[in-house]
Amino acid sequence: MNMLEIRDLHVSVEGKEILKGVDLKVDAGEVHAIMGPNGSGKSTLAQVIAGRDTFAVTGGDILYKGESILGKSPEERACEGIFLAFQYPVEIPGVRNSYFLKSALNSKRKYRGEEEIDAMDFLALIKKKMEMLQMKKSFMERPVNEGFSGGEKKRNEILQMAVLDPLLAVLDETDSGLDIDALKVVSSGVNALRGPDRAIVVVTHYQRLLNYIVPDVVHVLVDGRIVKTGDRTLALELEDKGYADVQNGTAKK
Amino acid sequence: MADVASYLKTFASFDSRLAFCTPVWLREIRKTAIERFAALGFPGTKDEKWRFTRVRPLLGHDFRLAERYERDALSRLQIDELCMEDAGCRRLAFVNGHFAEDLSDNGSLPTGVRVGSLKNFMAMDPEPVQRYLARHADTAKNPFVALNTAHIHDGAFVHIQRGTRLEQPIHLLYVTRSDGDPVVSHPRTLVIADEDTRASIVESYVGFPSDTYFTNAVTEIVVKARAEIDHCKLQREGNGAYHVATVQAHIGRDSRFKTDSVSIGGALVRNDINTILADEGGDCTVNGLYLAGGHQHVDNHTVIEHRNPRGMSRELYKGILGGRAKAVFDGRIHVHPQAQKTDAKQTNRCILLSDDAQINTNPQLEIYADDVKCTHGAAVGQIDEGAVFYLRSRAIDEASARQILVFAFANEVLENLRIERVREHLTADLHDWLSRARGVGDES
Repeated sequence: MNMLEIRDLHVSVEGKEILKGVDLKVDAGEVHAIMGPNGSGKSTLAQVIAGRDTFAVTGGDILYKGESILGKSPEERACEGIFLAFQYPVEIPGVRNSYFLKSALNSKRKYRGEEEIDAMDFLALIKKKMEMLQMKKSFMERPVNEGFSGGEKKRNEILQMAVLDPLLAVLDETDSGLDIDALKVVSSGVNALRGPDRAIVVVTHYQRLLNYIVPDVVHVLVDGRIVKTGDRTLALELEDKGYADVQNGTAKK
Repeated sequence: MADVASYLKTFASFDSRLAFCTPVWLREIRKTAIERFAALGFPGTKDEKWRFTRVRPLLGHDFRLAERYERDALSRLQIDELCMEDAGCRRLAFVNGHFAEDLSDNGSLPTGVRVGSLKNFMAMDPEPVQRYLARHADTAKNPFVALNTAHIHDGAFVHIQRGTRLEQPIHLLYVTRSDGDPVVSHPRTLVIADEDTRASIVESYVGFPSDTYFTNAVTEIVVKARAEIDHCKLQREGNGAYHVATVQAHIGRDSRFKTDSVSIGGALVRNDINTILADEGGDCTVNGLYLAGGHQHVDNHTVIEHRNPRGMSRELYKGILGGRAKAVFDGRIHVHPQAQKTDAKQTNRCILLSDDAQINTNPQLEIYADDVKCTHGAAVGQIDEGAVFYLRSRAIDEASARQILVFAFANEVLENLRIERVREHLTADLHDWLSRARGVGDES
């Protein structure tokens, strides 16, 4: 099933065009990696899928399960199963992680016409997911991301993903700021969510993450366009030759 | 229109009516105070301390001096609705400034704690009252303190005697009830914490939404050596209330004082919270939270004076303004030349929920010692849109996302309240306030 389809997407910020006609198709069950140098528009693409309104879509369309989502708010997209793991998770002093997660989960359940989750069920669910991500219990009582290390913030993102159980997950530079141990934990958390019903898009600068989250398809985004698409060997090629070579050698898909 | 002359006239009749039952020393205090009030008059906006707060709306009402309220006229139920149920608190209720025994909770208190009506204590055991009353609050320069002092008649008296540690908080509840006519009351509180004591005191001010009235309160708190006092002032007056209050704290050697001032109600509110670290090694925390919408005006002036070495002060004020509300924050930290090794930190932040809300903020550090650590920071802003998007991307709708963020902002003050009942109650108040602010939006 076609989970995400992006057609000739043009996106601007303050009048400057960042995405200049992106085409992308991701099917359920697949993991796609989008690689590209700094400033190529990777993060913009990730945030536009989630509905960030500081970016203006000036052309093209984004379809989720065959329907355009451009007119939908970020919360509607989230309720329908889209999840963005942030490159820079926001610190929210004064809001406990447990309260935040529960509010998020219940919002989604309400949207689907389900009852609020029972407090005991919620605790059991969180406990299981946190064990998978090797997170300490005390995590839940801390304010969202406040004073978290880079690794803790990224684990927290994956925890939210695991709890919200999305159909389409977009991971924006989830490997940045992670040491090798944290990278392994986070990756195994993501891999645990791989499945035939779910599509995952991994946005990354380095191929290192792709050793752990092995993609089915790799795209190279340069200057607002996807310039090359291939299998996972493309990622290794990039690691070897750098983006400049790929960009110069093959300006076409 | 009520001017200084009409307040003087009210005073004259009050003073002569009570002449026969007032001790000479108190009549002297009243006389000196009313003379100061007459000389000072009401402040104008040329007065530096009143630059952003006009008292003219207050002068537009002809307030009658609030009378002692008849028994039965105010039921316990009404009181319970107005204030938090204070399970675990010893409650002293005052209606229109007068002690209302039938509305108070006469729970037992350990020996070493003397609590009750100021008037009764002045009659039965005047010595400690006479020694401390009107010694610290500034009658000389503050006309409202002078006016209150001139009208001292009843009020709350709390004396924690040497070595006594009281776990149960004492709740002083001030209710104003006007029957149609606008009334003014001058609640007076005197707290004395002797050496090596510990206690929590909550003052709350409430009224009825339909009443127009003026509360002019003065609280003096004397904290002696090695005492630990936790004080909360909760201003939850009705919409038609004018509330002017001074809290004057005098902190002794190596003692700790924490005061939280929370303002939610009232049309025009002015708080002066003055803390003097009068001896070595005093430690004070001065926190505040104000919520204002509609056409409310809330002014918080704080002064922390470091007069001796090794003092520490922490100050955190936060405000949330919606509608056309206006607020003033003026926080002064004064470090005297001999107050070496002072450690002072002041933070004040305000969120504006609407384009028409306004804040004037003025942090001031006056440092006359050279070996000190003093910082201050002020920020006025809107809700962080990046954080709003973060919450929305987690399925939380926009209005709830904003509400969660504003709540979290204010909660930094509330979560540090040590008295659990007060914390819980104010948390609920904050939720209510936010959902109302959300319902009426920017027009509120």
